[in-house]
Amino acid sequence: MSFWKASIERDTMGYLQFLIIILFSPLVNGMIKKLKTNMQGRVGPGVLQPYYDLLRLLKKDMVVSTTTSWLFKATPYIVFTATATAAVIVPVLSTESPYSMMGDVITLIYLLALGRFFMALGGLDAGTGFGGEGSSREMTVAILVEPMMMLALFTAAISAGSTNIVLIATVHPAAFSPSHLLALTAFIVAIVAETGRVPVDNPDTHLELTMIHEGMILEYSGRYLALMEWAHYMKQMILFTLAIDIFFPLGIAQSGNPATLAAAVAVYAAKVTGMTLLMALVESSRAKMRFFQLPSLLGGAFVLAFLSLVTHIMMGK
Amino acid sequence: METEQLLFFCIVLFAVGALSALVPVKTFRFIPYLFSLAGSLTFLFLGLILTGITPVSYQALSSSSIFEFSLRGDALAGFFIITISLVASAVSVYSIGFTRNSVYASLSGFFINVLILSLYAVVLSANLFTFLISWETMAIASYFLVTLDRSEEASRAGLFYAVMTHIGTAFIIALFFILYRATNRMDFEGMKAGITAMPTAVKTIIFIFALIGFGTKAGIVPLHTWIPRAYTVVPPHVAALMSGLMVKMGIYGFLRISFDVLGQGPEWWGITVISVGAVSALLGILYGIIENDLKRFLAYSSVENVGIILLGIGASMMFKSNGLAALSSLALTAALFHVLNHALFKGVLFLGAGSIIHSSGTGNMEHMGGLLKRMPVTGLFFLSGALSICALPPFNGFVSEWLTYQALLLGYQSPSITAKIVSPLGGAALALTGAIAAAGFVKAFGITLLGAPRSDKSRDAEEVSFSMLAGMAILAVPCLVFGLIPGPALSLLMPAVYLLTGASTTLEHHGVLGIGQTSAALSPIGMLVTMIVMMIAVLVFIRIRGGKRKIVYADSWDCGISGLTPRMQYTATAFTKPIRIIYKRIYLPSRDIKVQYFLKPFFVKSIRYGGEITPFFERYVYEPATRFIQAVASKAKLLQSGSLNLYLAYILITLILLLIFAT
Repeated sequence: MSFWKASIERDTMGYLQFLIIILFSPLVNGMIKKLKTNMQGRVGPGVLQPYYDLLRLLKKDMVVSTTTSWLFKATPYIVFTATATAAVIVPVLSTESPYSMMGDVITLIYLLALGRFFMALGGLDAGTGFGGEGSSREMTVAILVEPMMMLALFTAAISAGSTNIVLIATVHPAAFSPSHLLALTAFIVAIVAETGRVPVDNPDTHLELTMIHEGMILEYSGRYLALMEWAHYMKQMILFTLAIDIFFPLGIAQSGNPATLAAAVAVYAAKVTGMTLLMALVESSRAKMRFFQLPSLLGGAFVLAFLSLVTHIMMGK
Repeated sequence: METEQLLFFCIVLFAVGALSALVPVKTFRFIPYLFSLAGSLTFLFLGLILTGITPVSYQALSSSSIFEFSLRGDALAGFFIITISLVASAVSVYSIGFTRNSVYASLSGFFINVLILSLYAVVLSANLFTFLISWETMAIASYFLVTLDRSEEASRAGLFYAVMTHIGTAFIIALFFILYRATNRMDFEGMKAGITAMPTAVKTIIFIFALIGFGTKAGIVPLHTWIPRAYTVVPPHVAALMSGLMVKMGIYGFLRISFDVLGQGPEWWGITVISVGAVSALLGILYGIIENDLKRFLAYSSVENVGIILLGIGASMMFKSNGLAALSSLALTAALFHVLNHALFKGVLFLGAGSIIHSSGTGNMEHMGGLLKRMPVTGLFFLSGALSICALPPFNGFVSEWLTYQALLLGYQSPSITAKIVSPLGGAALALTGAIAAAGFVKAFGITLLGAPRSDKSRDAEEVSFSMLAGMAILAVPCLVFGLIPGPALSLLMPAVYLLTGASTTLEHHGVLGIGQTSAALSPIGMLVTMIVMMIAVLVFIRIRGGKRKIVYADSWDCGISGLTPRMQYTATAFTKPIRIIYKRIYLPSRDIKVQYFLKPFFVKSIRYGGEITPFFERYVYEPATRFIQAVASKAKLLQSGSLNLYLAYILITLILLLIFAT
């Protein structure tokens, strides 16, 4: 109980750190895109391009299919809200997060699942083949990814003795022990799959037969599309931050002291840049896999996550 | 005694309700459901009393010490009575509208009253005799409800159900016999006292018999095969009773015997139950997701949810044998909360499916579509049921699955390595189940209610009557309320948990839900507030940055060809095709493609495509068993030749044998 009582008396930084994810997530996506184009020998759009895209979309009228019901229009708001709520749960700069009372790592994953559930429904509502195809594939990928991701998180939760993200980040579980490396590898595969990146999905294509995420949101336009895209950027940054909190928490501020916070900002920015670099590397060095080859990739990652758990229990680290 | 009169009053209400159904006047068809509603609400009151105070016993119809009809209510019974009452009252209200123009009217009224009363009697039974009478009444009433339709399919399903349920009952009778022989007592309370001296081997036999006997009713894999058959033919308001409540009687019986009476067993009992639960959850939902019949899909999803409940129960048993009493309570709390939640959301899903089938005239998802526009309220209730069953926040299913995860993750505190590994693997199974269930309900909701109508009847579908909507609302509203404020619901089941595990949990459930050992916390209401704040913020932001924009309505994008037809939409079969391919080792699918040509190989006249999966358990377990039994029976038939002389010879031989051996 004392843990929760103490969490009432947080400083403002703890309360507002989720804004970093909401505001900077388009930038992170812009960075990945920029790094990717540079690696491929192209110039590419500036890192601020996602912001311009979002603002442009907000100012456009929406075209909505006559086939759709109210659910189609409600979906972008629900997806955005669910993802933003997940962003609130994950501590970004400081472990002085008052929101750890609201939910833990399981809640976070299920909030993201709530967004996905509605996005898949939105894909089916216009009654087109592409939407249905996107929804079907998205839910199938989720079946392969979700248990693997949970198992990797379980290892971290068991070694920290709690599913509370703040506690996992505070406990500093023996960094880079064998079990952590295995879980981390599985989790990175999960991030690649969840953010719709090569080799699972290709974020840059509208080629009908290969798209997953783009297929689902094909009928969306204007501010609906802006919200869906923004939510997708946020989800990406939430998963990066979760990986940072759980696997390399070193450097996260443990108090509201301004100097510590400033250091935490620098460390966090460096870690996120590292993640973007990793994503750009993966995307540039891999070709997209055939859809039905995915089970071998994701199944392999599941085995890693399972080994990580067994290693942790048998070796104790 | 006041509660005794209350109980008597309830029984009279149901009896009068059942009899009133036999009045063959069409205008009075709603009357039996009014009685069952009144009875359920009175029982709800009784249930609330029972969870609060010390156990109450009632003796009635006492004729001899063994065949004594006696009822006893304790906290566990009270919790189940509350669950039954919530679903039964919703079904009663729903039935008023549903049976108005239905062919099953009067018999359904009679048997529904009998079924609901027998459910209450099962949980209130104080001794083996009462339990068996109630259990059989429940089986028979539900048999008649399954065969209400009188179609060929219904009578086959009914027969299959009757056989399966009696196999289960045979195991239950056997285990009761062992219990009686060992303790010389018929009442559960007396047996509890007499059980301590029993050797572990006998206890193990009782445990296994309980798992099989009650598991048949609960529908664990591989004893689940009657569930999809029965629920496909049974009218949906009865399916809500059977899936939401009758199946839970299997859980109740298992808890009563293996927890309350047997007390504590070795660790492998719990691990067995966890494994059975994980297999049931996974195979249940995997078989369910490829079904295109709405009720059949929901039936398989019941198998899945019983699996989830067993994960919690198994974890609780495992912790109990490892001496972790507080954890054992936590796991059981999760399981019992899921019992309540599943009754609620599966109830609303079956009632919603009933309304959808009622209006669209078909149970096949491939002929539905676009119903959300035509039946907005039913659609909303079905959506809330779907969100709850997929364990998505902030609905009730999420809270019980969250608690199950917490209990399983704390398994690492067990001393044994097996327990340490099994419990997080149970958690992974739960995660996989949840993901498949989400895909399944995206399909069940999306293909049925979204998109364009795939048949004329779906195009002309209309919203159902007020009483049917009200029936769904009675279940849908608690799904959200228990999800947001789980505290009061958890307070109702805490006494039952204490009764069974003898320890209270470290679960903080006033306000923020918190697990004491780990400081993991969950506040659904906080989540809702955050969501509302975020929603307002984003609406304001969009209004400021984007101004007011209009919506232009146009056809869906059709790639330049003119006019999409509903047949061009994704179908239910196509939606789950990737899953069928990925899990082909489980489904063992076979496909059959016949191509006819005008001129080989270029000019194709027609292509016929057929695909089906192998029903593994039916083909490799049930069919061989049936063949074996039939072979034995036909051999045994030789004894019954019909010749009088032969029968006289039998008598003579028996007499001679008796004279030789009996002297």
